[in-house]
Amino acid sequence: MNDVVRPVMQDAVAAAPTRVDGRDKVTGRARYAVEHPVEDVVWAWPVTSTVAKGRVTEIDASEANGTEGVIAVLTHANAPRLGETDDAELQLLQSDRVAYRGQVCALVVGETVESARAGADAVRVRYDEAEHDVVLDARHPAMFTPEKVNPGFPTDTSIGDPDTAFAVAAVQLDATYTTPTEHNHAMEPHATTASWGADGTLTLYDSNQGSTGVARVMADLFGLQVRAVHVISEHVGGGFGSKGTPRPNIVLAAMAAQAVGRPVRLALGRQHMFSLVGYRTPTIQRLRLGATTDGVLRSLVHDVWEQTSTLDDFAEQTAVISRMLYAAPARRTTHRLVRLDVPTPSWMRAPGEAPGSFALESAMDELAAACDLDPVELRVRNEPDVDPESGKPFSSRNLVACLREGARRFGWEQRDPTPGVRRDGRWLVGTGVASSTYPARTAPSQARMSIGSDGVVTVELNAVDIGTGSRTALTQIAAEAMDLPTDRVRLRIGDSTLPPAMIAGGSMGLTSWGSAIVKGARQLRELVGRRDGAIPEDGLEVTADTAEEVRAVSGYARHAFGAQFCEVRVDADTGEVRVPRLLGVFAVGRVINARTARSQLVGGMTMGLSMALHEEGVVDVQHGDNVNHDLAGYHIAAHADVADVDAMWLEEHDEHLNLVGAKGIGEIGIVGTAAAVANAVHHATGVRVRDLPIRVDRLLGRG
Amino acid sequence: MVRIQVTVDGQRCEDEVEPRLLLVHYLRERVGKVGTPVGCDTSNCGACTVQLDGRSVKSCAVLAVQADGSEVTTIEGLANGEWHPMQKAFKECHALQCGYCTPGMIMAAVDLLSNNPNPSEEEIRDGLEGNLCRCTGYHNIVKAVQMAAAEGGAR
Ligand code: FES
Ligand code: FES
Repeated sequence: MNDVVRPVMQDAVAAAPTRVDGRDKVTGRARYAVEHPVEDVVWAWPVTSTVAKGRVTEIDASEANGTEGVIAVLTHANAPRLGETDDAELQLLQSDRVAYRGQVCALVVGETVESARAGADAVRVRYDEAEHDVVLDARHPAMFTPEKVNPGFPTDTSIGDPDTAFAVAAVQLDATYTTPTEHNHAMEPHATTASWGADGTLTLYDSNQGSTGVARVMADLFGLQVRAVHVISEHVGGGFGSKGTPRPNIVLAAMAAQAVGRPVRLALGRQHMFSLVGYRTPTIQRLRLGATTDGVLRSLVHDVWEQTSTLDDFAEQTAVISRMLYAAPARRTTHRLVRLDVPTPSWMRAPGEAPGSFALESAMDELAAACDLDPVELRVRNEPDVDPESGKPFSSRNLVACLREGARRFGWEQRDPTPGVRRDGRWLVGTGVASSTYPARTAPSQARMSIGSDGVVTVELNAVDIGTGSRTALTQIAAEAMDLPTDRVRLRIGDSTLPPAMIAGGSMGLTSWGSAIVKGARQLRELVGRRDGAIPEDGLEVTADTAEEVRAVSGYARHAFGAQFCEVRVDADTGEVRVPRLLGVFAVGRVINARTARSQLVGGMTMGLSMALHEEGVVDVQHGDNVNHDLAGYHIAAHADVADVDAMWLEEHDEHLNLVGAKGIGEIGIVGTAAAVANAVHHATGVRVRDLPIRVDRLLGRG
Repeated sequence: MVRIQVTVDGQRCEDEVEPRLLLVHYLRERVGKVGTPVGCDTSNCGACTVQLDGRSVKSCAVLAVQADGSEVTTIEGLANGEWHPMQKAFKECHALQCGYCTPGMIMAAVDLLSNNPNPSEEEIRDGLEGNLCRCTGYHNIVKAVQMAAAEGGAR
């Protein structure tokens, strides 16, 4: 293991290159999916089911067809037939079955977005409605054991005899935590412009996190060769996981364009995004921690219950965090799933770790109190020597360093652990801490690199910049690997005809793409070297593929770590919670661009704060779906909800990761934040909130 | 159809529009000002913010016919020259990631400074509460507005 570690100072941020696309984005020149100029384009708008389960018995489109500007109404009766794919949510308009409220049951194409919407309003759908079941309950009789949990982890794991170890433990904590349905809500809705060429090729401007897979799926659905599908994703307005796979917008737009013989734009409405683009499953999590009186874990059991749809099994890996964060000689983790009449859940920033850390890190705080130990100290005492389940050494593990450095910077030392005793006027004041972690992974990618006789290097790969700054960071990586200034590097990304690459997801974008670029640069430099630097007129070109090295099994457990410290103020009378301070200290391997990296971490922590205090899809028991399906009712943190959020990192060198030496930073920021807030709320008020979000009604009249 | 006359980013436009047409769709689909994006459907996100006769409005909450006879400034027409100080500050401070909220955020921030040239951090946070950003955590946005204020960014 490599040694620590000096905190990176703010001047690293100041020194980092500014983003290459910054100018386009502040002047309104950046083009998103439905903004590329296309001739003769029309608009589509979906009609969604108003019942949660049943069959469509009749779709009366006569009024819609008579609406001015309406060109076509597609339903399961007349829509083009689609080919097979793994994602049942993409079999749109293929059957009369309704699997959840908000599912697409018709699509109206109009000359303008107004006429398409007016037409959609005029479509009359009749249903044979069946009784629906939309409420997650750990005792649901249909709970089952999924085959695996996302993206391929074992469903259950067990080491030793955790039940006996728990039963005989001197200190026992047995608590159940819940997290609600949460929605990604990137600010750019899922959107596509689709047009068919006379030669049967399909061109798609689409908002996604990686179009290599999108092109493949579209080819399968429409019976095309992959090379007949061209997906362009120049600028993407965020994704947070929800754009990691193709979504209904792209399929519907392509179908509509096929049906009407004209290019079609489809930008989902914000309301559609509550049911059509995935979401984070609600979770119920039972934690049992058994420890010695001095806080050393003897048993750790994390049982999870969560939901999926009747269309597809998506099992969030909620308990995987409990497999590696702390030492314990006996442990068990389990996941159970129930198929409800709801949309299929999917990836939302740090699937697994985000909700899982709320439960585990709240439970650790409760255990610290039960053992009369400082919560930082408790975590230090349970630091494992090796990955507890695999027995592999960690490639680097600086959790303790993050905790210590954070504690020092935050002023944690003077903390009086007694809950509910600090008051500043109307405010009860408290502080809390939680650990963060996220796997450091790399996926196969290719990069084509060429050098011209002018010495300019062109780098081409199907990476995408969904806002993270990858365009900037990859340019830096290429320049460094070629030993050239950044202005001698041209980068082309965001186009499915470029060499295939990993999606911007799983905190694996930069590590995967950067590795392909570094490998390509080595090959290219070797080629140039063999010619003694003489570059022929038409240049030199190589294509690097990292599949082999990425697939090689590593002897190390590879994870990023961090610690988050939080101060809250809770209004003693109204229960209003404010977060004046949130500090994250991370160890994420090499940081390529301090400016964009810091923004990612702060953005992730802010989403964690939002998860802690605001975000809740309220299940509509009567009608299915969420009650609050717009941004008026589903709250995300706004300017005034955020105060001093700061993120920094420790210098960490880790050669066992990938060719870039980075661990990925897109997700770790949201991991642990909600627990840090809840722990601080407990410290402030004496009230332990085990259910997110920490609503006023969960605080008032308790404690 | 209603005939309207609107000056958009200094360019005079005369168009027949349906009364139901939202200003944002008029700007994007008729005038071609696609730099102003749409982020929601309920006037909550602020992505579509433009200036209508010098005041910031959410252009998804205004009908095109209501802009008849008015002057509209979008992000594309904000700069008088190469950069508006607010645009520059947003770029310098890295007050953006995906950039989707950015046009609206900048337009709202310019209006904020024209009402209050030297806002405190809290006044900035309160003043921009109608503009959501899912990426940045807002921190750098506040810094950008402060930088623009220091450089007389109301102009
Ligand atoms: S699009 Fe206008 S406020 Fe959201
Ligand atoms: S930068 Fe993406 S929403 Fe603000």
